[in-house]
Amino acid sequence: MRLPSKQKTVPAIAVAAVLAVWQAACSLGLIPAFMLPSPIAVVSALVSDFPLIWSHTVTTLLEAGLGLAIGVVLGFILAVLMDRYQTFRLAIQPLITLSQTVPTIAIAPLLVLWLGYGILPKVVLIVLTTFFPVAVSLADGFASVDRDIIDLMRTMNASNLQIFVYAKLPAAAEQFFSGLKISATYAIVSAVIAEWLGGMSGLGVYMTRVRKSFSYDKMFASILVISALSLGLMRLIGLLERVCLPWKQIERKEHGKIIAS
Amino acid sequence: MAAPALEAQSLTLSWGDFAVAEGVSVHVDEGELACIVGRSGCGKTTLFHALAGLEKPAGGRVLLRGEDITGVPGRVSYMLQKDLLLPSRSILDNAALPLIVRGVDRDAARAKAGALFATFGLEGTEGLWPSQLSGGMRQRAALLRTYLMDNDVVLLDEPFSALDAITRVELRRWFAGMVRELGLSALVITHDVDEAIDLGSRIYVFDGMPRKGIVSRIVGEVDVRSAGADAARTTLMGLLGIA
Repeated sequence: MRLPSKQKTVPAIAVAAVLAVWQAACSLGLIPAFMLPSPIAVVSALVSDFPLIWSHTVTTLLEAGLGLAIGVVLGFILAVLMDRYQTFRLAIQPLITLSQTVPTIAIAPLLVLWLGYGILPKVVLIVLTTFFPVAVSLADGFASVDRDIIDLMRTMNASNLQIFVYAKLPAAAEQFFSGLKISATYAIVSAVIAEWLGGMSGLGVYMTRVRKSFSYDKMFASILVISALSLGLMRLIGLLERVCLPWKQIERKEHGKIIAS
Repeated sequence: MAAPALEAQSLTLSWGDFAVAEGVSVHVDEGELACIVGRSGCGKTTLFHALAGLEKPAGGRVLLRGEDITGVPGRVSYMLQKDLLLPSRSILDNAALPLIVRGVDRDAARAKAGALFATFGLEGTEGLWPSQLSGGMRQRAALLRTYLMDNDVVLLDEPFSALDAITRVELRRWFAGMVRELGLSALVITHDVDEAIDLGSRIYVFDGMPRKGIVSRIVGEVDVRSAGADAARTTLMGLLGIA
């Protein structure tokens, strides 16, 4: 039982040590407070400004959730088409790869210019950044299915849809969730970047406002919230994965038994 | 005389333009368990893909009780060396898969498959995942699934070779008994001469090295019942050039 506890304590101590050094550097006056607020100042800013930060957080979460949902659906459709039609895959693969080399920060202002200050440019930017990890991980997952299983199902006269549902989809499930976790963090970050460039509410809007008033403690407080949102979303997807893929849990446990024996 | 349960008539097999086998004629009589012995890489799996209708042979015909089923999948059941159980389904759902694929209602499919679990020595495993079963049990589940494909002609490609030596002998004896009990006609491919003698009433020797330009053919046939096990072994060894 020593190993799991060590795996939890060491990272916790490392994080605590960084915070302690940071706090000490601020308390001892090594870094002026207006340049870098101390961790305690950040937390107290978060607490005192919480109602306002929360109202902005709701907007950001709404945009991220909506964009991520559309991005996942789009990624899924692309992956299915890529799996089904080789010509489509050959045509679309370089295009979607190229689309990901365009910096988010460069297209965000264009989207604001084209689509205004409302929720639309934010959602579009999130869709553009989140469909890719989902599409790629799913397409790889579909391709990873054992050819022999497909042959076996053909001897049962299974339709393409049945082969997809029973063999390909479960084979891709684990990779899908890995891609989804990456997309979830992209969703939050993209929402904030889009909000920086114009909008009425959202954590990005809050950040630009507090930056202009040199309230760096509030700036750091919003960064804290953004990190917490990303971590929370990833945790949520992890839980969803456990519920959706119960056999993977068992496989890991069985694998652990073999290692232990 | 009645047509054999399954018959291949002078099949020509190829991988693209690359010749694998020529003039392959084999048959399985009604209720018989016949074997094909051949070394690795001689094209055994290609031959079975053709017999199962997964691939159309370059020449020749496959007949099921006289009916031409060349290139038509789903008329004979096929079991591979790997158990190929779906990791995302319970053992019960894996066994019932052929029924569900055919459109049988899920509950009815489960009931029909579940009723056979004891016969196949699988009682108590219904709700488990494939990863929780031993290799031998997984092969039993795969065999039940093969049986539920509802064809009484069964092709088995190296079904026991992934198992440890003791389980292998145990399972193949059990399997030979099941084939008789269920009234199946089976054709088993193996690279193991002793396994072929233990299982089969007739054994074909399929030999060649297509990768080295030697096209595979059926080089001989041994009737184990009339020759006896020892004489059959000597003949098989001679045909395979392992004297």
